[in-house]
Amino acid sequence: MNTIPVKQVEAGAGEYRKLTVNIFRHNPQDENSVPHMDTFEVEEADSMTLFILLNEIRENQDPTVQFDFVCRAGICGSCAMLVNGRPKLACRTLTQELPQVLNLAPLPGFELIGDLSVNTGKWMRNMSEHLETWIHNREQERDFCELEEKMEPEVADKIYELERCVECGCCIAACGTAQMRADFVGAVGINQLARFKIDPRDDRTDADFYEVLGTEEGVFGCMTLLGCDDMCPKELPLAQQIAYMRRKMALAEV
Amino acid sequence: MKTIYTDALVIGGGLAGLRAAIGVRRAGHDVIVLSLVPPKRSHSAAAQGGMQASLGNTNKGLGDNEDIHFADTVKGSDWGCDQDVARMFVNTAPKAVRELAAWGVPWGRVSRGSHEHVIDGKTVSLPERDDAHGMIAARNFGGTQKWRTCYVSDGTGHSMLYTMSNQAIAENIPVHERMEAISLIHDGERCYGAVVRNLMTGELVTYIAKATCIATGGYGRIYRATTNAVINEGMGTAIALETGVATLGNMEAVQFHPTGIFPAGILVTEGCRGDGGLLLDRDLHRFMPDYEPEKKELASRDVVSRWMEHHILSGKGVQSRFGEHLWLDIRLLGKKHIEGKLREVKEICEYFLGVDPIKDLIPVRPCQHYSMGGVRTNYKGESPQLRGLFAAGEAACWDMHGFNRLGGNSVAETAVAGMIVGEFMADYVGTEGADITVSTALIRDAYNMQASRLAGYCNSKGNENPFHIMRSMQELMSSNVAIFRHGDKLQEAVSQLQALRERAKNIAVHSSARGGSPELVAAYRVESMLRLSLCVAQGALAREESRGAHFREDFKLRNDKDWLCRTLASWNMSEDFMPTLNYEPLDVMKMEMPPGWRGYGAKDRVDHPDTPVRQAEVDSIKAKYENGNRFDCQDELMAYRAKLPEALQGKNARLGEDDNGRLVEAGK
Repeated sequence: MNTIPVKQVEAGAGEYRKLTVNIFRHNPQDENSVPHMDTFEVEEADSMTLFILLNEIRENQDPTVQFDFVCRAGICGSCAMLVNGRPKLACRTLTQELPQVLNLAPLPGFELIGDLSVNTGKWMRNMSEHLETWIHNREQERDFCELEEKMEPEVADKIYELERCVECGCCIAACGTAQMRADFVGAVGINQLARFKIDPRDDRTDADFYEVLGTEEGVFGCMTLLGCDDMCPKELPLAQQIAYMRRKMALAEV
Repeated sequence: MKTIYTDALVIGGGLAGLRAAIGVRRAGHDVIVLSLVPPKRSHSAAAQGGMQASLGNTNKGLGDNEDIHFADTVKGSDWGCDQDVARMFVNTAPKAVRELAAWGVPWGRVSRGSHEHVIDGKTVSLPERDDAHGMIAARNFGGTQKWRTCYVSDGTGHSMLYTMSNQAIAENIPVHERMEAISLIHDGERCYGAVVRNLMTGELVTYIAKATCIATGGYGRIYRATTNAVINEGMGTAIALETGVATLGNMEAVQFHPTGIFPAGILVTEGCRGDGGLLLDRDLHRFMPDYEPEKKELASRDVVSRWMEHHILSGKGVQSRFGEHLWLDIRLLGKKHIEGKLREVKEICEYFLGVDPIKDLIPVRPCQHYSMGGVRTNYKGESPQLRGLFAAGEAACWDMHGFNRLGGNSVAETAVAGMIVGEFMADYVGTEGADITVSTALIRDAYNMQASRLAGYCNSKGNENPFHIMRSMQELMSSNVAIFRHGDKLQEAVSQLQALRERAKNIAVHSSARGGSPELVAAYRVESMLRLSLCVAQGALAREESRGAHFREDFKLRNDKDWLCRTLASWNMSEDFMPTLNYEPLDVMKMEMPPGWRGYGAKDRVDHPDTPVRQAEVDSIKAKYENGNRFDCQDELMAYRAKLPEALQGKNARLGEDDNGRLVEAGK
C-alpha cells in the first residue's frame, strides 16, 4: 500500500467490482509444499494496481504470500509476473484493465523462490558474467581531474535507448528458446551487447562479440517468435537488436 | 552456524555501497556486498533527474566551479552541514562524473549551436559553444545558481546504477543477494560484522569483517506518503542505532519532495521544474512567484514544498475524491522535450494516472522523499563511537546535506561518498590496527540473540499483526511529523509511537513454514522502524527552531544562537524506552561560509554571536584575493584538501579555466 492517504470525498462504495484473484502457491523450502492455486476475494478500489492488491491480500488475508516489489513505480523491474498468462510489471498494471478473474503466476524460466517470487537476480548476474556486460577499454586508468572524452550527443542518446532495459525478465518468460535452453542469453543479453557494440568507449570487435554471441546460446538460438519484443514493458526494440547482432555475427570475420 | 570471513563487508548494493566496494577491491582486499534485492533493483535506480557536478560546459553553466557548488550546498543545508565534507564533496563530484563516463554512463552531451529552453515560462534560445560540443551537458535544478545537474534523459540513476553494478561484476565483487543484516556484531568498541538473514531460505549466517560499511539508503518508509521504494525501511541505520554505541545524526531532518504524483506518491523529477515546468493552483494560477519572486519554482525543495502545503491550506488546492492537490504543468515544454528528456515522467503519468503530460496537467502534492539523517560518521565515513563501522550515502549523516539536501546532490553523494569512503575503508583494512581477534563466543552470542528473537515472534501468543502496526506508524508520522511541525503534534506522535511499541510486543507470526516469511520480516522490521520514528519525532520535538526541512510552526525562525548544532541520537538498549539526544555544535569560526540568507525562504533568523566576527574575517580574506588565485583564497578560508584521500585531491580541469581557477575565455 503505502500511497498518499486516501480520503474519500464522494461516496463511491457499492460500485466496485469484487475481484477473484487466483495466486500460484509453492514454497520450495518446505518439502511438504505442493504447487497449487489459492483464491482470494478483494474489493476493487480506484487506481488499484496489482501492487496495492497484493499488499492488501498479504496484510489482511494471508501474510505468507511471497512476491517482489521494490520501486512500485515501473522503474526497477522487480515485480514482473504472469498476469492472466502474460508477463507484465505488476506495479503498474491497473486492475481496471483486467477482467474480474485474475490469475497470477511466477515468471517461467527462472528459479522459483516462492509463490510469485523468482530469482531473476541470479540469472541476470550469470548472463552479465558470461557476456561481460561492461566497457572493455585497453586504455590505462584515466586521470579524472582531466576533461572528459567527448562523445557525439546522438551517440549518447542512442546508447541510452538500449540501456533502458530493467532486467525484469519479461523477455525471457516470453521466449520459446529460453524455455527450452537454460543457457540461452535471451533478448536481454543480446540487447545489452548491442548497447556495448555501439559504444565508442568499448574496444571489443565483432570477433570478440562472436565468441559469446555467435552460437546457439546467442543470436543463432533465436527462433524469431518475437515474444520478447511484444512483451517488453519498456518497449525496447528487441527484435531489431537481435536481427542487427545476428547479421553482424553472420558477417563477422573470425 | 555458518560464518563467512572477509576483509570488508558492505551492507547495501546501491550506488554508494557498490562504489565503496570497488574502492576496497581495487586496493587489493576482499569485499562482500550484501543486498536485499538484486543490486540493479536498488532505489538508486529511481533517481531520475541527475547528478550535480560543476563541469561548467553549458551556456548556463559557464563559470561554474567548486566554490559555487559549495555555496549552493551550504545554503541548501541551511548552514546545518559539515563544511569540510561539503568541500570534499564538491571537489570530488566532477571526478565521479568523469569516472562514470569512462565506465559507460551515456551522459547527455552538449550540442553546438542554438537550442530552445523554457525559462520562467518563456521560450528562449541559448547558444552552446563550439568547443563544448560533445562534452557532458547539465540541466537546471532547484536551489542552484548554475545549470549543474548532469543527466541521462530522466533515467540518470538507472544508468549510473547499471554502469556501477556492471563495473562491480567486472571487478569480481561477490554480491550476496536477498540477504538482510539484522544486527551488527560488536563488543561496544569495535564492529566485527553482522548477523545476516537469508530472505530466500530464512537461514541466519554470520559475516565477520575488519570493516563494515552501512550503505542501505534512507528510511522513508516510516512515512505513509513517500517516494521511497518499499525496501527503504532504514534497517541499516536501525542496526547501527541498536548497537547502543553508534549514534545517528540529525534524524529529524526529513525532506519532502514537491512533486509526488497524486495520489500514488510516485516521484516525478525536479527536472520537470528545472526544465521549465510550472506549479499551478485550482484557478490555474502560477502561485510560486507570489511567495518566492526571486527563485519561483526553483527555490529549494523544503521551501517549495512548504509553500505548496501553505497554498493548499489557504483554500487554493484542487479538490479530488482522494483529497487535495496542486497541478504541475509541463505542457509548455513540448512533445519533443517530454518524449526525449522526460520519458519516465510521461510513462509514470500514463500508467498510474491515465494522463498524458503533453496535453494534460499532472496532479501533484509534496511527499516524503529523503532522509538527511543517518549513521553519524566523521569525514572518513567512520562512526566516531564504533571503530570499524563505516557508512556511506543516504544511510549516513556524513554530513554534506545538513537540514536540507539540494536536488541532484543525492546521487552525486552516493558516487562521491563511495569513492571517498571506499578509499578510507581500504586504508583502514590494510593497517595492522584493523586486525581482529574476535572470539567465537562473541559471534555465537550475537547469533543466538537474533535466533531467539526471531523464534520469539513465531512462538508468541500475541494477537497483533505487524503490517497493521506498521501502517499505523506510517500514518502517524505522515500526519504529525511531516512538513509543518508543532510541539503539541510532535508530543502526541511520541506518545502514540510508544503505544505502538507496546502493541508491537504482542506481535505474533503465524506461519512456521521455512523460507523467506514476509510476515516475520515485517515483524522484526517494524520494531526497528518504531525506534527510528522515535528518533525523528523526539529529535523534532526537542529542536525548537526551523532549519531547512525541519519547520516548527511554534518556532518559525532559524536560531543559530541556540541551535547551530547537529543532533546525535543513541539508544541504550537496556533502558529501551526512548532515544538519548545529545548535540554536537558547529563552529562558526571555522566555517568558510558563516550563516546567512539562502536567497529564498525566510530572511529572518536569530544570529550566532560569532557570525559577524567570522564574516568580517572571511570578507577581508576574499578582498585580498579578488581576481587572484581562488584556490589560495579557499585554502586560507578553510583548508580541507589534506582530508581527501590523495588520489582525489587534484584540481578539476574545465574548459577555459586558467591555473588560478578563473575563467579566461568567457563566452567563446
